[in-house]
Amino acid sequence: MKKLLNTLYITRQDTYLHKERETIIIKQGDQKLGQFPALTVGNIVCFGQVTVSPPLMGYCGEQGIAISYYTEQGKFLARIYGRQVGNVLLRRTQYRFADDQQKVISLAKLIVGAKIANSRYVYLRQIRNHGESSSLQLISDRLANCLSRCEQVNDYQQLLGLEGEAALAYFSGLNELIRNNEFSFSTRVRRPPTDPINALLSFVYSIITQECLSALLGVGLDPFVGFLHKERPGRPSLALDLLEEFRAAWADRFVLTLINRKQLTSKDFVQEASGAVHLTDYARKTLFAAYQARKQEEIIHPYLQERVQIGLLPHCQALLLARYMRGDLEYYPPYLVK
Amino acid sequence: MLINEDNYLPISALQHYAFCPRQCALINIEQAWAENFWTAEGRLLHERVDGGEAEQRGYFRTERSVAVISHRLKINGKLDLLEITGRHPKKYFPVEYKRGKPKIENWDKVQLCAQVFCLEEMRNIEINEAAIWYWKTRKREYMIIDQSLRDLTEKIIIDTHEMIESGITPKPTFSKRCLSCSLIDLCEPKIIQNDQSKNYINGIFKV
Ligand code: SF4
Repeated sequence: MKKLLNTLYITRQDTYLHKERETIIIKQGDQKLGQFPALTVGNIVCFGQVTVSPPLMGYCGEQGIAISYYTEQGKFLARIYGRQVGNVLLRRTQYRFADDQQKVISLAKLIVGAKIANSRYVYLRQIRNHGESSSLQLISDRLANCLSRCEQVNDYQQLLGLEGEAALAYFSGLNELIRNNEFSFSTRVRRPPTDPINALLSFVYSIITQECLSALLGVGLDPFVGFLHKERPGRPSLALDLLEEFRAAWADRFVLTLINRKQLTSKDFVQEASGAVHLTDYARKTLFAAYQARKQEEIIHPYLQERVQIGLLPHCQALLLARYMRGDLEYYPPYLVK
Repeated sequence: MLINEDNYLPISALQHYAFCPRQCALINIEQAWAENFWTAEGRLLHERVDGGEAEQRGYFRTERSVAVISHRLKINGKLDLLEITGRHPKKYFPVEYKRGKPKIENWDKVQLCAQVFCLEEMRNIEINEAAIWYWKTRKREYMIIDQSLRDLTEKIIIDTHEMIESGITPKPTFSKRCLSCSLIDLCEPKIIQNDQSKNYINGIFKV
């Protein structure tokens, strides 16, 4: 498997990034904050007032390194992506797939199936590690029921309904997995999140979505044409499709670990007058450090049967999706936690 | 007549095809490229060979990095070194640089023969001999451009054109050569050859 490259998350304000010989240098005024070998960097993510020199942009373009810009609060603004990898034949195949209802359903079903199975696994694991709990067992059973119905579904609307039902069941038990009494979770709230857990979930989902987007571009797929998610201007539908497989097993568990290990406390969140909650600067830094460490951890990929780092999962799945669309594989094997 | 060179094959594609058709398709159809140690070394070597200027000493002239093309076969590429001796008639002697040892692989020969085809067409001449220079031994290995090599090369050119036009990447067959292939991580030959996706997806819904 290919090497996992680092993502540089730049959260410090008024910083300047440039390239000097074979390294990327991060500066604030005249002070050098960091220096990294350029070859080890695969992604640059900038929050707020961060400037990237044009030669560094050019280098990133050539190397297929994406630079993305967010507001200081983490709202996505723009992305610079240079040379397009892959060719138009694959993208045309992808578009033809997306126009074919039968193919859309069968692929979307696998993705939803994997999503439900992975979210059920969160509870099975909890029960295994922390003992029997009737409420959690109930949720697991409900998810099992959704899963077997999912296999029979043959209609897009029904599939969406089922996905919604499973998500509701799944989130109904999340609070029981929180072992830090500073926090609690009642229900999933997006746009804007109004409590710390929802703020964390939203934030981590958006980071992983961007990684899925990069991975899809990297194998030559169009991240904006999805199957489960319908196209909408500006929405990276295929990246969101891919994210589904990672939500419970990777994103949610990562958030729970941060909270349960008390790496974050209630002081790490700020509430605006509107009620919207977001992470402080410091909290974001803590989160990225933990996230980077988590990405380095190795697992055995359930389909490839190879050791891969968690951070490479988006790439593995994008590759398998591309290989499936090219006709190398009979079915797309979504990511399943084992 | 205006010649459209869009669908011309790079001569380098031939050696990829001769090595493994799937590798050739990954590079030339899927536009995938992954550099590993070996290709990087090869590229550096070429950077050193390229750059040189033409030299003339009496009736002996050397040209480096010569662009060659054949409209008959729709191929083009670059030749590392061309030696031209004599006047009437001039003798053209192509030399290709290779890293590694002088175990002349079929694909090295095919590539050189394709370059000979180009030169013959461009200059309206006949070339019967060429050489490959090996970095490891720093020696030339001479090669006769005989009919069987010409037939083989033409066949490979036609097959490669056909494959690229079809836009279909052939399935892999896993073998020892895969271990030295820079595209193995993109190709996943074992996974594709042994397609377990049906079993795998059935496992998703098992509760
Ligand atoms: S890994 Fe093997 S099958 Fe795949 S392109 Fe390389 S040589 Fe061909």
